[in-house]
Amino acid sequence: MNLHEYQAKELLRAVGVPIPPGEVATTPEQAEAIARKYGKPVMIKAQVHVGGRGKAGGVKYTPTPAAAKEKAAAILGMDIKGLTVEKVLVAEAADIGSEAYVGIIVDRATKKPVFMVSAAGGIDIEEVAATTPEKIHYHPVDPRYGLQPFEAMQMGFFLYSDVKQARAAARIMQQLYQAFIANGCSLAEINPLVVTPQGEVIAVDAKMVIDDNELDRLPAVASLRDESSEDKSEVDARNANLTFIKLDGNVGCVVNGAGLAMATMDLVKFYGGEPANFLDIGGSSNPEKVVNALRIITADPNVKAILFNIFGGITRTDDVANGIVTATKQNPLKVPIVIRLTGTNEEQALEILTRNGFSAMTDMDEAVQRAVQLATQGSAGGAK
Amino acid sequence: MSVFIDKGTRLLVQGITGRDGSFHAKQMMEYGTQVVAGVTPGKGGQKFEGSVPIFNTVAEAVEATGANTSVIYVPPPFAADAMMEAAAAGLTLVVCITEGVPVLDMTRVYPYVKEHGARLVGPNCPGLITPGESKVGIIPGRICAPGTVGVVSRSGTLTYEVVYQLTRAGLGQSTCVGIGGDPINGTNFIDVLQAFEHDPKTTAVAMMGEIGGTDEQEAAAFVKQHMRKPVVGFIAGQTAPPGRRMGHAGAIISGSSGTAEEKLQAFRDAGMGVAQRPADFVPLLRERM
Repeated sequence: MNLHEYQAKELLRAVGVPIPPGEVATTPEQAEAIARKYGKPVMIKAQVHVGGRGKAGGVKYTPTPAAAKEKAAAILGMDIKGLTVEKVLVAEAADIGSEAYVGIIVDRATKKPVFMVSAAGGIDIEEVAATTPEKIHYHPVDPRYGLQPFEAMQMGFFLYSDVKQARAAARIMQQLYQAFIANGCSLAEINPLVVTPQGEVIAVDAKMVIDDNELDRLPAVASLRDESSEDKSEVDARNANLTFIKLDGNVGCVVNGAGLAMATMDLVKFYGGEPANFLDIGGSSNPEKVVNALRIITADPNVKAILFNIFGGITRTDDVANGIVTATKQNPLKVPIVIRLTGTNEEQALEILTRNGFSAMTDMDEAVQRAVQLATQGSAGGAK
Repeated sequence: MSVFIDKGTRLLVQGITGRDGSFHAKQMMEYGTQVVAGVTPGKGGQKFEGSVPIFNTVAEAVEATGANTSVIYVPPPFAADAMMEAAAAGLTLVVCITEGVPVLDMTRVYPYVKEHGARLVGPNCPGLITPGESKVGIIPGRICAPGTVGVVSRSGTLTYEVVYQLTRAGLGQSTCVGIGGDPINGTNFIDVLQAFEHDPKTTAVAMMGEIGGTDEQEAAAFVKQHMRKPVVGFIAGQTAPPGRRMGHAGAIISGSSGTAEEKLQAFRDAGMGVAQRPADFVPLLRERM
């Protein structure tokens, strides 16, 4: 789960990271009032879950409250990479001497949280990593002991030669690590970490990504989810415990397991079709999940054929068959369906489907070819 | 021979009284796995299916039954503790089926299990099966057949798909190992490839990877340097849009690292067979065996 900048900053302030004051506004008038209260120039920053906000015109400097109102009016409602800006952060503008980068990710290779720090901050760190990798210092942390003061100081001195600044940066890194662990992050970063002309070290922008698997035990963090900033069908799917990603094709896919779902999409493409989505109904299945999956898929007008590819392990194929029967009784299908299922409780599943007038296949390639063919025919024939 | 599990595997089931645990414990018993104990705190002294003794703790169960392997079906918030409990009790193989274990938990579990000398498979994996001998996990037994192809995969159901196609074509398996799709797991491709290389019964290996990370590239380098047996590889997610997370925490591509093309190229460079789709495994393996 992605957090907005203002949410990440709240979590970092709570552990003591120095951050210029800022508040969220949803109207130009609110933005003006916040700017007036601070009595200083402010930044107006779009709060959307995409990178490159600044380049898209979603971040503006404003010297006066009137200008803040005007810029907020321009940014609110703006479309950035398909997402509408509903909120702006109005933050005191910082005086910037130098900009550094500090981030933590969970690294697959070392199997540890790893710090990445660089004096070349303020821009895309992936760009720095690709072009000048020597400018990034990596430091894995043993999570059983946590980040030790000497480790933080080493990184502080990698960024700054001034001992006061190195100490201040080290303190911020310990605070960032504390917030990273406490909030179940898979990524937390401060970019830029700024040294002001007065020599203070402060965090000017922050980003956090929460491991979705942490949300059940961290209800306060889970409550930060902003559904208005996400794709509606993806929100709907998540609330139904499905993993769904909308794509542009016309073959609606319902599969169990991420690997098989991806392999199914690949095979749709291999046979000349285009998948309409990635949809994983997951492990432990119940008929309700299938009902929700069909509802979400058929809501997409591009879908001209539906393909079920279920290989039962922990998923019981009879549960899936019952779901298909229930769902299609509630809402009869307007597009053809191809069902391929095999594995756990396959006999019961086939019996349930046959009894209700469905046929099922057992070969994946045949099923995918059939679905691609039906979708192509459906598109050529136009909407019924 | 086989890798990791065989007829001698004495299995303990953590979470044996839960919905998934009880269902799959029965399936494993029907397959012929020696299920010697179950663990559910508070249900010690009871019997599962009238025959398998249930204990309150893993240590007690190991002491009483000589179990040497554990399979874990407990819910995600308790999975990290269950894995550590199994390792602490001296089990040499710990297989965690549970999906949804927080990755920060795994940063602590991984070194703990290593230090206790246990091999962890998973989490978020389908487990292992040595056809005709033993099944630990949830891989449907009926789709497998004894034979000489070693199977290793990051996926669950995709593994079943490939195994099913191998079996139908008359290519039995020595052992199938599902290593799981999470960013941090106990056993990686190289661990399993190495075991297959040393297993006299295995004559070829089918390997299913996914987009994201660099495990497949490292595995390909291992194949090139250390393996004499033929390996055929597949990567799921060749058509996945970049930057999107596809269910598995592992299956995410960011930047140019971890794309399907990069991985397939590594396979080619290592002289491996490259399956464009699951159905290609059978002919590619046959050519090489």
